[in-house]
Amino acid sequence: MTVTSLSQREAALHAPRPFGRLVAPHLSGLRAFLLPLGLLLAWQGLSSAGLFPDYLLPAPAAVYGELATLAAKGELVAHIAITFWRVALGFATGALAATLLGALIGYSRTARDYLDPTLQALKAVPSLAWVPLFILWFGIFETSKIALIAVGVFFPVYLNLMSGIQSTDRKLVEVAQVNNLSRIDLIRRILIPATLPSYLTGLRSGLALGWMFVIAAELMGASQGLGFLMVDGQMTGRPAIIIGALLLFAVAGKLSDALIAAVGRSLTAWQDGFASSQERANA
Amino acid sequence: MLEIAQVTKAFADGAGVNHTALEQVELSIGEHEIVSLVGTSGCGKSTLLRLVSGLEKPSGGRVLLQGRSVTGPSPAVGMVFQEPRLMPWLIVAENIRLALLDLPRQEQEYRIAEVLEKVGLSGFARALPRQLSGGMAQRVAIARALVRRPSVLLLDEPFSALDSFTRLKLQEHLAELWEQERFTLLLVTHDVEEAVLLSDRVVILRGHPGRVHKILDVELPRPRRRTAAEVQGLKEEIISTLDLS
Repeated sequence: MTVTSLSQREAALHAPRPFGRLVAPHLSGLRAFLLPLGLLLAWQGLSSAGLFPDYLLPAPAAVYGELATLAAKGELVAHIAITFWRVALGFATGALAATLLGALIGYSRTARDYLDPTLQALKAVPSLAWVPLFILWFGIFETSKIALIAVGVFFPVYLNLMSGIQSTDRKLVEVAQVNNLSRIDLIRRILIPATLPSYLTGLRSGLALGWMFVIAAELMGASQGLGFLMVDGQMTGRPAIIIGALLLFAVAGKLSDALIAAVGRSLTAWQDGFASSQERANA
Repeated sequence: MLEIAQVTKAFADGAGVNHTALEQVELSIGEHEIVSLVGTSGCGKSTLLRLVSGLEKPSGGRVLLQGRSVTGPSPAVGMVFQEPRLMPWLIVAENIRLALLDLPRQEQEYRIAEVLEKVGLSGFARALPRQLSGGMAQRVAIARALVRRPSVLLLDEPFSALDSFTRLKLQEHLAELWEQERFTLLLVTHDVEEAVLLSDRVVILRGHPGRVHKILDVELPRPRRRTAAEVQGLKEEIISTLDLS
């Protein structure tokens, strides 16, 4: 470690980001659209060539037309909105409960001994098995749907948070001990940041399950929502509606996941993993 | 100023069987003294350091710092581990602040700037640990241990993970810091040459459980040259003592 290498490092630390670094994300963002766009074109082409029967797989243009009609009547927005609302409410409820319990059980040995075995046993119940009970308890309207989504979201968030807290590096916790950190400082400066990556993983898997269970709930009985739209399409023999709803689910799921991922990336920018080494290579 | 009196340490393993790591260790260290602990791996030298730091409690005997029994970590004792152990999510200044949280904010800022200057990393206060080389990260760890101006500094094989050139630089740097601060220094090391170069006394631990086997005085003027015949002679003597086990 010579003086020059030190000052070089220091200079690199304060250097402005190279131009390529600013442009590259947009380019690589565009790359992601190539495959879906290609598939869409191929699908349209093959449909026009008469390869797929219309009553099974209508062309993209037909799907778009069907969705546009629904949108013009104002129904599409209402369906999308109610589905989003259910996922949001169920996700918030499930994630909040999982965060409180996961934090408590991950941190406290006593709480873990009392509560974790029961929660692990409940996890073994397939989430859909709760449906009859929830309908009995909460009726067939919103509450039972939200409850089902919340249960689906709960477990991945809970498990990831709890194991994240427990697997915090003992060596870093010892630094807190040596420096006589208060309990609050230990939690705030060490446990929370150390746990954040696995907590975010939990939130993302929880959200994915939330989308899965909103369809389950809407397929089983609803008068509105994207899941209802699919059942309706099936009943009335309109495959374009089913496919349209599928595509909307894909977009909605991807967008909401990207939102969490973006928030997560800004919170865990300190991480030095494979992805960050690729970023540097591209810059 | 640091008394290790009849200290025994036993650990219970998973099966509940006790293993004795240290037995009846007796060692007295004076103010401003530099003492190295050397010994084959598993002789309990790191355990001894952890007992002095207050991270572990002795099963028998006592550790006394300025006449008072050590019951837990205190700002009077600084500790540097084999790894830098920096929080990867905190910038350098915030990592050092971990040692200062009970002081007023202004005092924290002043001390952080002062200690970074001392270890030669003033320009790196806002760097994340991943932006530092191994040697720089270990300097930050030393800064974090020194920022409370401890009367005792404990180093647990602090340079063993570094390349040899960086290790030499940091050894020199440590000697300079000691000249300025005059803390009592207790150093665990595998590197016999490092022990001879830096220490006033070299304590050789041996056996399972570990006991003090021999204590060698290094009465050579500082700064010491690595290649000096006396240094090499003492090094040979220690290595042959270690080999006998």
